Amino acid sequence: MNNQPDPTVLESPGGPRAYTVTPSDEGLQTLEISLGPQHPSTHGVFRMDIVVDGETVIKLKPVFGYLHRNHEKIAESTTWLGTMPYTDRLDYFCSMSNNWGYALAVEKLAGIQVPERAEYLRVIMAELTRIVNHTCLVGFFINDLGAWGTPLLYAFREREKILDLFEAASGARMMCNYMRFGGCRVDVPAGWLDQARKIVDEYPAFLDEFEKLICGNEIIMARTQGVGTLSPALAVNSSMTGPMLRASGVAYDLRKHAPYGIYSQFDFRIPLGDVGDCYDRYFIRLLEMRESLKILKQALDKIPEGPVSADIKIRNFKPAAGEAYSRIESPKGELGFYVISDGSTRPHRYHVRGPSFVNLTVLEDMCLGQKIADAVVILGSIDIVLGEVDR
Amino acid sequence: MTDPLTIRFPSVTFDTATGSYVLPLSIALEVANYLRDDAAYRLDMATNVAGVDWLPQVIKKKVKTSVTNAEGVVEQVESEVSENKPGLMEVVYHLISVEKRKGPLVIRLQTTRENPVVPSLTPVWRGCEFQEREAFDLYGIVFEGHPDLRRIFMWDEFKDFPMRKDYVESDDYEYEPTPHDAVLEKAQKHYPNQT
Repeated sequence: MNNQPDPTVLESPGGPRAYTVTPSDEGLQTLEISLGPQHPSTHGVFRMDIVVDGETVIKLKPVFGYLHRNHEKIAESTTWLGTMPYTDRLDYFCSMSNNWGYALAVEKLAGIQVPERAEYLRVIMAELTRIVNHTCLVGFFINDLGAWGTPLLYAFREREKILDLFEAASGARMMCNYMRFGGCRVDVPAGWLDQARKIVDEYPAFLDEFEKLICGNEIIMARTQGVGTLSPALAVNSSMTGPMLRASGVAYDLRKHAPYGIYSQFDFRIPLGDVGDCYDRYFIRLLEMRESLKILKQALDKIPEGPVSADIKIRNFKPAAGEAYSRIESPKGELGFYVISDGSTRPHRYHVRGPSFVNLTVLEDMCLGQKIADAVVILGSIDIVLGEVDR
Repeated sequence: MTDPLTIRFPSVTFDTATGSYVLPLSIALEVANYLRDDAAYRLDMATNVAGVDWLPQVIKKKVKTSVTNAEGVVEQVESEVSENKPGLMEVVYHLISVEKRKGPLVIRLQTTRENPVVPSLTPVWRGCEFQEREAFDLYGIVFEGHPDLRRIFMWDEFKDFPMRKDYVESDDYEYEPTPHDAVLEKAQKHYPNQT
């Protein structure tokens, strides 16, 4: 395959197989199941190597990389700005948040100040993205539970309204490529803010309807309550972030506790779960959407006039040598960008800390002892996007 | 720099250029446990783990020296001095404290490019598990003590480590029915017997 023999080639110490039955398993009626990669509930190309005893999961190894294109290598071989549209493709539901995370890292590195209107626009876009992501997640989650299609399409109907806003602002529904180092690419068109206000005002009605139809549903409660419980101690030790962490009752939200942008100016609360099961993880997203609407309302009221981009030379952009790590609260958790500059037009190192990638760490812990049908529910409640997991 | 960490472990050095602590490999696990458990730090989450590759560099500097020549006159002579900077393989950890809401504190483990072996910090922070596997997969850094060190993105049979700076991509990664331009050039190099 590779004509580059490397003297330092190392065999994988763990061996090529993800799982082998050990002697201690003898006596159990075990069955090894490879769930995925082509399976509708794996949200893309994701595989779980599951060993079941009867219907109970006794081992589970997540296997991924089917969508791997070495995003980091591509970023290191292009210019600083050239990576911006590529960040859209990480978590393709939340391209605005990804843009912001990367822009923030480079702004930290180069010491760029962002004008106030751009900061407001960023908050507005990021919170709309959170609503888009959580709406989709709730739809998909119920889809995984067997309510095939209908709730998902209700969710998609609402999401499409926000995607129309993104399209009006950036020209693209999903691959927005909207932010730049030092601000946003363009200002929003005339009438956009009014349209956004209208959507924000109407959204709670949809959430009420959704909650009424679903949250008290007996099947949903039976399938999710007490399933896949995650303890706060394990959640912290395994670097869970975002709704995964907060559903376990740990109050840690970067918007509140390590504020970036202008989040410290807004008044909002952090919803917390108290059991840490799938139901909490699902419900916390509905609550977070309401808090996002609160932030959006404040931001849309207070947004000032002014420039949307700092005046920086973007051609031949060379930040001084150094390194920076930016963290933002993306809808799925902490999205980190670690960049090292050696003073040239290309990053020496560009690393993405994807929340859905790290959140998969505890998948096995949550699934052990549960039924195999619940493994699908637990995976759905983590909220992964394979574009970000595999990078 | 005087802070609890460098007082407790004098061999830990603070790198001001990057704002991070460089840990000697022999005591890395001990320091990690200390950072997690000590009341002054309580860094209970390792949020980000990244491998970094530095190729060996030759840094050329111009140095001015004053030399007394044969006639007894002091002259300024400019000479070029080249300094060899050895290559380096690094693992960078960003640690945060959820309890104290502080961070990130950055620690680095440094090793050679030829034999990159570092102790795994997964026993201290479970969250490193996948990210250390990622660094192993893409950089070939071996984490001693990692419970399940396998390739994570690339397929198991893949040799070589694509994120290394001296990685040369294989040229049979794509099939073109009628190769032309750059692909043709590469294909001819790789398959000289075919036209």
